[in-house]
Amino acid sequence: MAAEELKTGPLEYRTQEGQMGIMGFWIFLGAEVVLFATLFATYAVLFGRTADAPLPSELFEPGIVLVMTFLLLTSSFTCGLAIHEMRRGSVKGLMLWMIITLALGLGFLGFEIFEFVHYTHEGATIQSSAFWSAFFILAGTHGLHVTLGIGWAILLLIQIKQRGLTNVTSRKFFIISLYWHFLDVIWIFIFTSVYLIGMVI
Amino acid sequence: MHITDILVTGEPIIYGAMVSMALVGIALLFILTYFKKWKWLWSEWLTTVDHKKIGVMYILSALLMLFRGGVDAMMMRVQLAFPDLGFLNSQHYNEIFTTHGTIMIIFMAMPFLIGLMNIIVPLQIGARDFAFPYLNALSFWSFFFGMALFNISFVIGGSPDAGWTSYTPLSGAAMSPGPGQNFYLMGLQLSGIGTLATGINLMVTILKMRAPGMKLFHMPIFTWSTLVTCFIIVFAFPILTVALALLTIDRVFGAQFFTLTGEGLPMMWANLFWMWGHPEVYIVILPAFGIFSEVIATFAKKRLFGYNVMVWSMIVIALLSFLVWVHHFFTMGAGAFVNSVFSVSTMLIAVPTGVKIFNWLATLYKSKIEFTVPMLWSLAFIPSFILGGVTGVMLGMAAADYQFHNSYFLIAHFHYVLIAGTVFACFAGLVFWYPKMFGHKMNERLGKWAFWLFFFGFHVCFFPQYFLGLDGMPRRLFITNVAEWLPLNVISTVGAFGMGLGFIVFVYNVYYSFRYSERETTGDSWNGNGRTLEWATTTPVPYYNFATVPYVDEIDPYIRMKEEGKTTFEEDKVKPIHMPSYTGQPFIMMALLGLASFGLVFEWMYVAVFGLIGAVFMMIRRSFDYDDGYYVPVEEIKRTEKKARGL
Repeated sequence: MAAEELKTGPLEYRTQEGQMGIMGFWIFLGAEVVLFATLFATYAVLFGRTADAPLPSELFEPGIVLVMTFLLLTSSFTCGLAIHEMRRGSVKGLMLWMIITLALGLGFLGFEIFEFVHYTHEGATIQSSAFWSAFFILAGTHGLHVTLGIGWAILLLIQIKQRGLTNVTSRKFFIISLYWHFLDVIWIFIFTSVYLIGMVI
Repeated sequence: MHITDILVTGEPIIYGAMVSMALVGIALLFILTYFKKWKWLWSEWLTTVDHKKIGVMYILSALLMLFRGGVDAMMMRVQLAFPDLGFLNSQHYNEIFTTHGTIMIIFMAMPFLIGLMNIIVPLQIGARDFAFPYLNALSFWSFFFGMALFNISFVIGGSPDAGWTSYTPLSGAAMSPGPGQNFYLMGLQLSGIGTLATGINLMVTILKMRAPGMKLFHMPIFTWSTLVTCFIIVFAFPILTVALALLTIDRVFGAQFFTLTGEGLPMMWANLFWMWGHPEVYIVILPAFGIFSEVIATFAKKRLFGYNVMVWSMIVIALLSFLVWVHHFFTMGAGAFVNSVFSVSTMLIAVPTGVKIFNWLATLYKSKIEFTVPMLWSLAFIPSFILGGVTGVMLGMAAADYQFHNSYFLIAHFHYVLIAGTVFACFAGLVFWYPKMFGHKMNERLGKWAFWLFFFGFHVCFFPQYFLGLDGMPRRLFITNVAEWLPLNVISTVGAFGMGLGFIVFVYNVYYSFRYSERETTGDSWNGNGRTLEWATTTPVPYYNFATVPYVDEIDPYIRMKEEGKTTFEEDKVKPIHMPSYTGQPFIMMALLGLASFGLVFEWMYVAVFGLIGAVFMMIRRSFDYDDGYYVPVEEIKRTEKKARGL
């Protein structure tokens, strides 16, 4: 492990450890793409296999899903602003925008939980048919990722408060921003291929 | 709950296994206590982040699993040779072929190869450790606890019995109630985490930590095979993760993915399983190709013929490996067009594989071959593997496959590729790099005995099975007292015991060599024939690997280094070396996840949640852990190197 440190460039890229961490996380995201691709494929294969449970077109409503989409897309933008502030060297700006990001993420989660409970009351549960199993696991895996991301970001906020901007803390924030944007991309696919198509067919 | 509800009862063989396991356990505890080795065990091994020690632990576990999987195989062979003896009942037989397959692939072949990669890859590229040493320890312990979880199933709760492919609906909750199948799901899930992490870890290590000047096409071929394998791991393992998770959710939480009720699709499991499963067989064969290439080049004393083509053929094989999965179930009835497409893609794989075979032959051509033990394994590999490969092409023809499907012809085929390919490579690689790991070679005479016993045993065991398959004997069959099959089955069993004998000699050789082998004085153990950087280090390898990392701008750089009298210790260039600290966190974190998995196996949710919370707590601790290692001072490096090099 080289201990040399660059004097210029973004903090998170200055050490070899930082560069390796970021590259490793990109590869991990590649694996995550495969994970979600498998879940999407499963959902596609099981589409329409609702058995006696309600049809998706009876339950999916544009309003709530649109609100969720706006919340998450906006959070991705504020997450970008947080990293922008980090690059400018502003701990305060980073923390502020990150907290806004998390608040938006929490709002998204709240709506998702509300939505799931609603479907359950309408008789669509993970056990009711193959289609609903696939739906809940696909959307739920995304929701679980958002939850983990929020918990993880809170840990990082505490660390930046304690230590300020260093090679290590900036690397950690950069990596969680990659993760957050990735979840946004996945949501766009869920929004279009699950909800929009589900409402029409 | 009563103890007999959890422990497996009523089987004399399993009682015997319980007693012997208890005895071995007590003996181990006694030895560790008597020789006061507990502290040594914890501070040198359980907390280590050194890639060489982790590799040794991988290989030890793999040898243990080779023993267990081998005993399973022997028991099956006894049953098949003497079907009227009543040695096993049908349930026990089902459990044994399930655990045999799962253990050999997941807990023997992969960890054996990953162990060799752990030790050798950083040494071959001039790195001081993995990119993420902490994660490497985490990977090992996740594999270890996954393995432990899977293996305790035969005394606690009962083994899985739906085959290593675990096809639904048979493996679903309706037809396989109880913990057995859950052991399969959780054991594989837990160890799969580690495999994925190792894939990422090695990939970053190879891409970012090569010696200065070393381009990708200067890398040793084993490192190349590792890189390509890691690519397959990263893109195939998430599919297994999802498949296992979905089946777990089906079984534990009543979802309908693979059920017959609720419009589930049982055959989707076969698709998901093999979308991982076929790349998986290349995960265990490509590193084997890498090992053979190194061994053949070393003992033919020539540069590997067609290095670039060798690399490209591996890349092509890796890409094709994702496009052939349907050939495992041509008989599912996907239709002529789909079957034709997958038939053609299957046969395409034979092309780059054939290219590799010819390159090995061309490397050997007109060379002065030295018949050492690793070379014997490698030379035996080529014709044996071709037998497996050609029958693979036969199986790949969809129309013909309707005859061969699930017969002993298939069994013979995949044992020919997996044993002649992977297992021979594990032995070859272990013997070849043994001096790098332990500071002494394995005895050559005993090694040759082990080789010939195993080699003849292997062919005697599996060659007759092709004909059993053509005679119509299906796989996974418990009763075989059909007169036409019996003679060949008996021959096959004799061969299996020959392989067992070879393994025993091999293990005895480990002990014998430890006692009597000459200790290595140079790092270049094979008569100075080493070609790549791992042989440039001293033996035993210092924990920081390289005092100074040489500049590399060609293939087989150590040959020129030897000519020019260069070493990995240039005294005036030594700088302090940064090393990671040892830590017990990975062990504890994975033990807690193992506990959570155990809870989930029995569907004891309190245990599962407790283990999970514990593991999350350990992850939070890790996040707040800013220990960034320590520096080895220059004086210590100089002292170590001078002592090792006798300067």
